[in-house]
This record gives sequence, structure tokens and C-alpha cells, in this order.
Amino acid sequence: MNYFEAKNLVFDYVKSDENGLVTTNRALDGLNFVIEKGKFTAIIGQNGSGKSTLAKNMNALLVPTEGTMLVDGMDTCDAENTWKVRQRVAMVFQNPDNQIVSAIVEDDVAFGPETLGIDPDEIRVRVDEALMGVEMIDYKKKAPHLLSGGQKQRIAIAGAVAMQPECIVFDEPTAMLDPKGRQEVLKVIGQLNAKGITTVLITHFMEEAALADKIIVLDGGRIQMEGTPVEVFRRADELKALSLGVPPAVELGLELKERGIDAPDDIMTIDEMVDYLCQ
Amino acid sequence: MSIEVRNLTHVYSEGMPHESLALDDISFRVEDGEFVGIIGHTGSGKSTLLQHLNGLLKPKSGSIIIDGTDITSPGVSMREIRCKVGLVFQYPEYQLFEETVAKDVAFGPSNLGLSQEEIDARVEEAIRLVGLDYERLKDVSPFELSGGQKRRVAIAGVIAMKPQALILDEPTAGLNPKAHADILDMVNTIHRTESNIILFVSHNMNDIARMSDRILVMDHGRLAMNGTPEEVFTREEELKQMGLALPDAMELTMRLRRKGMNIEQNCLEISALADAIAQLRG
Amino acid sequence: MIRDITLGQYYPGNSWVHKLDPRLKIIATLLYIVALFVVHDFIGFAIAFLALAVVIAISRVPLKFILKGLKPVFIIIVFTLMVNLFMVKGDILVQFWIFHITRQGLRMAAFMGIRLVLLIIGSSVLTLTTRPIGLTDGIEALLSPFKKIGVPAHELAMMMTIALRFIPTLLEETDKIIKAQQARGADFESGNILRRAKALIPILVPLFISAFRIAQDLAMAMEARCYGSGIKRTRMNAMKFAKRDLVGGILLVAFLAIIVLERVLI
Repeated sequence: MNYFEAKNLVFDYVKSDENGLVTTNRALDGLNFVIEKGKFTAIIGQNGSGKSTLAKNMNALLVPTEGTMLVDGMDTCDAENTWKVRQRVAMVFQNPDNQIVSAIVEDDVAFGPETLGIDPDEIRVRVDEALMGVEMIDYKKKAPHLLSGGQKQRIAIAGAVAMQPECIVFDEPTAMLDPKGRQEVLKVIGQLNAKGITTVLITHFMEEAALADKIIVLDGGRIQMEGTPVEVFRRADELKALSLGVPPAVELGLELKERGIDAPDDIMTIDEMVDYLCQ
Repeated sequence: MSIEVRNLTHVYSEGMPHESLALDDISFRVEDGEFVGIIGHTGSGKSTLLQHLNGLLKPKSGSIIIDGTDITSPGVSMREIRCKVGLVFQYPEYQLFEETVAKDVAFGPSNLGLSQEEIDARVEEAIRLVGLDYERLKDVSPFELSGGQKRRVAIAGVIAMKPQALILDEPTAGLNPKAHADILDMVNTIHRTESNIILFVSHNMNDIARMSDRILVMDHGRLAMNGTPEEVFTREEELKQMGLALPDAMELTMRLRRKGMNIEQNCLEISALADAIAQLRG
Repeated sequence: MIRDITLGQYYPGNSWVHKLDPRLKIIATLLYIVALFVVHDFIGFAIAFLALAVVIAISRVPLKFILKGLKPVFIIIVFTLMVNLFMVKGDILVQFWIFHITRQGLRMAAFMGIRLVLLIIGSSVLTLTTRPIGLTDGIEALLSPFKKIGVPAHELAMMMTIALRFIPTLLEETDKIIKAQQARGADFESGNILRRAKALIPILVPLFISAFRIAQDLAMAMEARCYGSGIKRTRMNAMKFAKRDLVGGILLVAFLAIIVLERVLI
């Protein structure tokens, strides 16, 4: 079942300067794609490729200039749907600091359910469950500014989970984290997807994209490639032309090919590569 | 020019209940022209160490000798030290404040009390050195630039002080692949042109292995290792205990060895590993 | 270190004082401040001091923590003392150059000093024992009767919540910016006032830009969490007036009665 469906999606940033001169900057240029319910989709691309703009179009923080974006069948352009969409599609942003509203961890996690008008007892249950899910329950009374980046980001995820969304869009959630924080956050993302939450991960780490069911490669506001990680990373030359890399195991496969050793091109992870080479 | 640190110890919030030992008896030496990588997980004391090297923090005990001068002794001019040792913080673009790129880069040199001609010359040189188009960008507001460009302007602001040692604290943090690669190229260019000391902090082990002559490993405020990339990254067990990873090529090499593949070289790059495997398959 | 500032911070705990209804605590604090200005002799201050000491003891917030809150306002206290000490006219006790200290001045300075210290400690007890969100909820609830005359009670409360959340973040940011500019040779310590004021520009501009960036990001994040949807907000920790609040209220009234009686009778 299609959860997201973009039809000829166009988004323009319109800016007018002090002289009243209007400039339009096309960030998304006619996108067509579908994302299925429950799937894990990665979106990769350079700065300015339009990936963050796309993320914001997925929960009606921005609405298309032209074309349509359907979320669970609802058109985001219809103002009636705005809040229904945001309730279903939660979002986690890049900067862990700038998305936590409250000075106490559990109060922040409660913020979403509170705005949705949920019953206080129910909120309590949801908050505790969400914090347990991200392994942050021991920190529920702490002040967020005393936590590490990875911990803050997990609080932000708990805040999204407590709204009981059907989908979570992660907009470069690991970009500002150290390797440990990245691992923690990725683990949580994987667990949420396994529980059936439709997951969209915007990232510039190819190893992260390799974990997805499907990858969408954006460049200049257009979809350049789309497919499973195997299908996308097979086209390493094109990725390099877009200044994107490939995961290390794929890179080794390519280097071996140059030296006349043919490794199968569906090897994505270091584990798979080691198994193949040592068989 | 050389940097020498002897028995450096630093305590945070001394006398407070949450007092903690941030640096614990650290000693090392960096020779002229060396490129030194610094690794260690968050909170291991890397940033604290760096801030001592240009006098922003004062040690509890120990000495820091920059170019023959112990900067912990009283009466040393901090301005002179900061001119010799340039420190680029994490996310340095957040320190930009001037109306134009050129003015912002000029902030450092003008604090040194140089003549206007000298300042202008240094600004132009620094902006070019970080790989930006001087003519096109000098009068542009730094806030209109892209993230990667802003970061270069901020780095130019430190380079314009012509430091003989340049410290970069995670200069690639948060950047996309293209901007990341560009910053690494820029660091290499600076190192080549200025032939200065570079201290480079990163979480990216591939970058560290590729660029460093030598690596310092920090753990819980101690200097846990000090050696060449090959020496450091062959101590897999210890690194993993500190929560640190290996470069991808080295990780693959180690795993293949464990599975019985007889790779002799310590491969720090994927291409080297591919060579080694090809040789084995011969 | 800039992070050590405790003014306006919450000290997690489970004491009787912590558990009191924030609305009651806010009203109590306001009335306590009023009481401090009603009092006009040392006996009155002794009563006010004693009352505060008892509350602090029950709250189990370490004294050290409370006194630290005085540090950032130390200069203001000293300034007030000086003004009162030298400016009040009356029977001269000591005189030198153009200064003179009078008996009335001495008394006034002592009163103002005690008043200020008690006022600051009193209000920090409120913030130390009340979760920030409780505090803002309390203010919102107390202001809500004035909504009809156009007081934006909820918006004010939200602004306070956010301010409390981001004060530590911005302080950290300031610390970082200062160090970064020092590394570029900036000098904040020498020169005349004009020079020093000018030296602040490289700190203030990046700080404002940071604040704007945070505001933008945060607004987006709040919208994504359905803030502004018009649905009536609920609260996880809904305020309920409990038995202990009744006890608290009675104690408060008793305290006020003693203060007033003391003023009238003695």
C-alpha cells in the first residue's frame, strides 16, 4: 500500500528583497515517487539537492507549489488535512538541541501528546513507553542540556514516538553526532521500523542508506536514481559523478573488479564481504 | 617551531562537588611540519587539550612549550601565542560576525596590530588558500554563503593570522560528502603551502588514517597511544575498548585475517587492501 | 564557569515543598515579597528569615546550591547597599571627603540588603523546587482570568518555558563564541569603556544569529509536533489542589497574619 505518493511535485522558495525584487528558487523540480507503508526509505543527495525540502513536504510543513503530495491518501495542499498529516507523520530534525522544547526530558516527550489533547493518564503511559523504547527512561527527570548529542536525539525521537505516528521522517538525524551517538540513533531507527513505523531517513552517510529497503537519490531537485541499495550502489560511477560515495564493502568490490576479481555486486556490508572472500 | 607538552594536568570545576580530572599527566611532542591526527570519543579530553595549546585554558600543573617558550610561565604574551598557534573550533562558522567576508577574515590580523597593507595582503592570501574566489566573495556577506563556504571563511580568519601551528577541531563535522572532501583537500593544501604543524581532530578514522603522520589517542583524559597510523590501528582490541573504530580498510583486513586469510600488510586504504587480496589470489 | 549559574534553575526533589501546587507557590512567593516590604524592623525580618529557613529545610535543597544563586546578583546587592549607605541623610556617624554615613543610612542599607537577599533567595526557592513546566503552567493558570481583557496567558507561559530551556544552551554558546574570538586575538579585558563595548560586537552578533537560528528551528519542530493546531491542550501533570496545598495555604495565611500583626503592634 502506498503511504506517500508524490505526483509531479514542485516546490519553489520565493524571496523578495528590500527593493521588492522577487526571486524564485526551485528546490524540487517535478518529483514522482511512491513510498510504501511500513518500509524503510533512505533519501540521499548533496546540500542543496532538495532533500530537506522534500522532508518538509512530507508532513505539510511545506506544501507543493505545483503538483501534489498525498500522505495516506490525503492531499497536503488541503488545509483541512494539515494537522491530520502532521499527527500521522512525525519528524526528527538534524540539530538535537534546537528541537527540544522543555527543560525536563519527560515534559518534552509529553509536548506532542499534550498538543493533541490526549488524556493525562494516557500521556503518562505513552511518555514512559516512548522513553523506554529509546532506552532513556533513567533520564526522564534530567535537563536536556546536560545530555550528549546522541541522547538528546533519542529524546527527540521519543517525543515523536509519543504522538503514535504511522511514519517518522528523520532529517539528517546523525549529521551532528559522534560515532557512538550515531550507532545509538541508528539502532533506535531500526527498531522503530521493525515495529511497523514507516521510516524515511535523510542522510549523507552511505552506510546508513545501505540499511534501507529503498534509496532515492536526489540532485538539483530531481530524482536521479531510485531502487534498492543493491540497484543504486551498483551504479557507483554515477554516484561518484554526483559527489556521493558508496559504502566501504561496495568500494572494495569495485576495486577488486578492477584487479580482475569478480565479487558479486549485491554485497553491501562488511560482514557480507568478509563471508564472500573467505568462503 | 615545535610543540611540547609535559605532564599536563587539568581539573574541571576544582573544589566543586562535580570536580573531574579532564587531563591526566599528558606528555607529547610535535615536531615542525608534522601532521598529527587526534582521536578519542566525546568527553575524552581532546577539546580540553587543544584549548591549552593556545592558552585559552590554564593547566593545574605541567608545562606547554611552544617554540621554546613555556606558555604557562607568568608574563607570556597570550596574543603572541595565539598568533603562533591558530585554533579552529567545531562549527567555526558560528563565530562569523562582520558584514563582508574580507572584513571578517581581517578580524584576527587586525587584532595583531599589523599595518593595513599587511592585513589586506593576508586576507586575500587566506581567502585564496581556503579555496574561495577572492574577487567574487570578498564584499559578500558571509551569511549568504553555503554551509561549507562559511566554514572556509571562518578557517581563513584563523589562517590569516599565519599560525605556525594550526589546530582544527572536527573541521568536517556535519558536512555533506562533497563539502567534506573539499575541506580535507583544503587542509592538505594549507599544510603543503604553509608547511606548518597541523593538529587535526576527527571521528572519521578513514580521514585520520589517510592524512596523519602520527596519531594521538585520548581516553578518559589520558594520552592512551601515540604512534603512526599503522602502529595505532593495529591495536584493535584496545581501541575498541575505548569505543573507537578502525578505518574501514583496516576493519576489513582484521576480519579477513581472523577468518584465516593471510593478509600481511596493514591496509589503511581500500585500494591497498584490494592489492593485497589480488596478490593472494595471484 | 558560566554553566554554574543556578538562578532560575530547578533542583529535582520529592519534598513537601516540591509537591505543592505551583499556583500556591507562585502566590506565596509574591505575597512573601510583599511581606518583605511591609516589614520595617529587625524582628519582622527575623520572622521572615525564619519562615524562609523552615521552607528551605523542608525542601531539602542544599544550602550551598541556594547561596550560589546569589552570586550573579552580588554586584546589585553591593550597589544597593552603597547607595543607601551614602545617600540617606540624618545623624552623621562617620564622615570622610564627600561621603558621610548616617545612622539612618546604616539602618536603611541593612534593611535593603536583607530585603534583597531574602527576596532573591525566596524567589530562587520557588524556581528550585518547581519544575519549569509547573511554573509556567501555574503562571498560565493564574493569568487565565485576565485572558478576557487580552492578556495572552498561554503565549507568555510558552515563552517562559522556552526561555528556561534555552538559557543554558545560549550560555554555553556564549562561552564557545568568546573562546573562538579570543583564539582570533580578540581582547575583552583592556581599553576604555568604548573600546570594551566595541569588543563585544564579535560576541553579540554571532550570539543573536544563533538565537535566531534556534528560534527558527524550534518553531519548525513545534509545528511538526502539531503546535498551533487549535486542539485544546491537555497536560501530563495536570495541577490538582491537594490536601497538602490546603495546609500550605493555611501556613501562608498564618505567616502573613504574624507579619501584619508585628507591623501594627510593635
